[in-house]
Amino acid sequence: MTAAQVVDRYRAQHEAFARNGGARVPEWVRALRAGALARFTELGFPTTKQEAWRFTSVQGIAETAFAHGATGEVPAAKSIERLELCEARRHLAVFVNGCFSALLSSVSGLPAGVRVSSLADALARDPELVERHLARYARLEDNAFVALNTAFVQDGAFVYVPEGTVMEEPVQLLFLTAPGSEPTVSHPRSLVVVERTARVSVVETYAGQGDGVYWTNAVTEIMVGDGARADCYRVQRESERAFHVATTQSWQGQGSVLSFHPVVFGAALSRHDIGAVLDGPGGLCTLNGLYLLAGRQHADHHTTIDHARPHCESHEYFNGVLDDQSRGVFNGRIIVRRGAQRTDSKQTNNNLVLSEEARADSQPQLEIYADDVKCTHGATLGPIDQRALFYLKSRGLSPDEARSLLTYGFGAEILERMEIAPLRVQLERLVRARLLRRARARRAP
Amino acid sequence: MLQIKNLHASVDGNEILRGVDLAVNIGEVHAIMGPNGSGKSTLAQVLAGHPAYNVTEGSVLYEGRDLFEMDPEVRAREGMFLAFQYPVEIRGITNAYFLRSALNAIRKHRGQEELDPVDFLGVLEEKLKVIGWDDSLMNRPVNDGFSGGEKKRNEILQMAVLEPRLAVLDETDSGLDIDALKTVASAVNKLRRPDNATIVVTHYQRLLNYITPDYVHVLSGGRIVKSGGKELAHELEAKGYDWLKAEPAVA
Ligand SMILES: Nc1ncnc2c1ncn2[C@@H]1O[C@H](COP(=O)(O)OP(=O)(O)OP(=O)(O)O)[C@@H](O)[C@H]1O
Ligand SMILES: [Mg+2]
Repeated sequence: MTAAQVVDRYRAQHEAFARNGGARVPEWVRALRAGALARFTELGFPTTKQEAWRFTSVQGIAETAFAHGATGEVPAAKSIERLELCEARRHLAVFVNGCFSALLSSVSGLPAGVRVSSLADALARDPELVERHLARYARLEDNAFVALNTAFVQDGAFVYVPEGTVMEEPVQLLFLTAPGSEPTVSHPRSLVVVERTARVSVVETYAGQGDGVYWTNAVTEIMVGDGARADCYRVQRESERAFHVATTQSWQGQGSVLSFHPVVFGAALSRHDIGAVLDGPGGLCTLNGLYLLAGRQHADHHTTIDHARPHCESHEYFNGVLDDQSRGVFNGRIIVRRGAQRTDSKQTNNNLVLSEEARADSQPQLEIYADDVKCTHGATLGPIDQRALFYLKSRGLSPDEARSLLTYGFGAEILERMEIAPLRVQLERLVRARLLRRARARRAP
Repeated sequence: MLQIKNLHASVDGNEILRGVDLAVNIGEVHAIMGPNGSGKSTLAQVLAGHPAYNVTEGSVLYEGRDLFEMDPEVRAREGMFLAFQYPVEIRGITNAYFLRSALNAIRKHRGQEELDPVDFLGVLEEKLKVIGWDDSLMNRPVNDGFSGGEKKRNEILQMAVLEPRLAVLDETDSGLDIDALKTVASAVNKLRRPDNATIVVTHYQRLLNYITPDYVHVLSGGRIVKSGGKELAHELEAKGYDWLKAEPAVA
């Protein structure tokens, strides 16, 4: 199939979508979609000839005919329980194949003025509020996937915390793909708006049921106002044959704090572009990510932290654990704009490579246009530390125990920075379960 | 408890130990001294089973069993403990978790029940008192960012928790301030029992003021060239090692 044919398929799909399900929206949304589709048509899917996609081929996505808007079978409430990673159940919004499920969601007890709803609902009820923020942060001009997501924008999560409101319980967003008979695509779009001095934690989970092929093309925009704080967690547990492409774009005002914690367990192929703009003095941004890959999994993280104003701090920690023939790609771009003096930026990417056939690529990319700044970066890549292994053995641990403890430590280092204790405990459990499965598979002949 | 006979060991093809003979009986404390690079750490690492060292000749019996038949973790479970000259950092694993894993591995081997975090906390608190520590370093990753002295004390804490039969302390006194030195020495003394034994590798006779050895040995050029009582340490302090190098090895 040629690139033009691929694009035509999505144009046809978009026509059907614009006529049917996507019809009842304000005029500006229709215009936004049309513009986005036009841009996608121009861009087409990226190829490995493009620098930003050098290590990650999306040919598998381009060549698969994904059905859009599939309803699938709505999962039983019981089956999603294991996917809820927090104890808090009062602010849970569940999306199945990209659409809000009122049946599975339970949103109650929100403080005055706080919204946790579907984006479709917000577009109907608060169009002006949504218009002020939607598609204002994630740029579609140079990213075909953001353009495509925007072209199909309809449903997704909307979280709004008004000025000065501190949310005690985290908001949970669960994006679930239920199996259909043919490959399906969903374009979940989420918008998190945290107004001045407000505070919230959000946990996004992406998961699939069954072992079918599907594609999640997600975009999340996060706006953190002056003096506000957002702690955002993201757990990617897509099923084994899934494709997962995502962009998370944040914008921060003066003296604001954002922490973002993406954890990757699933999908055959995943690509996550994370962009953070520090657009007010005194902002703090922490990116704290972990990817645990095995089999032939491929996970690519491209991060861009844009220090646009002075006196901001960014801390970036990404750890990868790579087994079998898996591959991890990390690209960490830091931009320090002219005038962004006193920037303090730190980046690390550590990869534990457990098998000869696994591979990690790590690339820092520093673009500094101010002179009074502190920027450090470092990457490591290698097998288990033999000195550490011997140290543990000399304390009585078996080689297997020692190896899995050291591997676990690689993940735990990232999980430790997460402040929601029940979530952290669940993730620790998931990491341990993953390692146990690996250890068993290794022992089996 | 430990019989080392004519032990030769090499690393990367270089012979470092050239015929070490040493016998340690239950209840004894032995000090090993000697110039830099003479092979003290090599001896300690060979006893612990470090894979980089090749034993080319000789034998070691530990409690009557061939030590080289045992994997490093088995040696540890059978009560052997090495306090490393350079303790290793373990990222992401808290000191408390590490200590509990190690203790449970040993308990399992002994047929004792494994301790859950709550029971372990009880054990830990008691041992922390022995080395005069609060629990502030327990929830930090093992040795990660610890000061030199903290790392050394952490080794002694591990020793206190694991209660070895034979402890080998490789320069645990180096880099300690005088108070820490006293703490470490008193911890070692408190853990001394009639049914265990200790080998301390040290450069300084001041440690031996606190931990009184039954025997002092000088390791030089990969051999024990002199053995004596605790007064030998004083002599070495005064005279250095040069006078010994000329003397023939003491078998
Ligand atoms: N991997 C290696 N390759 C070659 N030589 C080595 C290697 N490891 C150790 N050695 C050498 O073995 C010798 C003995 O080292 P060892 O660490 O046992 O000495 P030591 O007596 O403990 O010294 P110190 O008092 O300085 O701690 C040294 O000369 C050292 O350089
Ligand atoms: Mg040494």
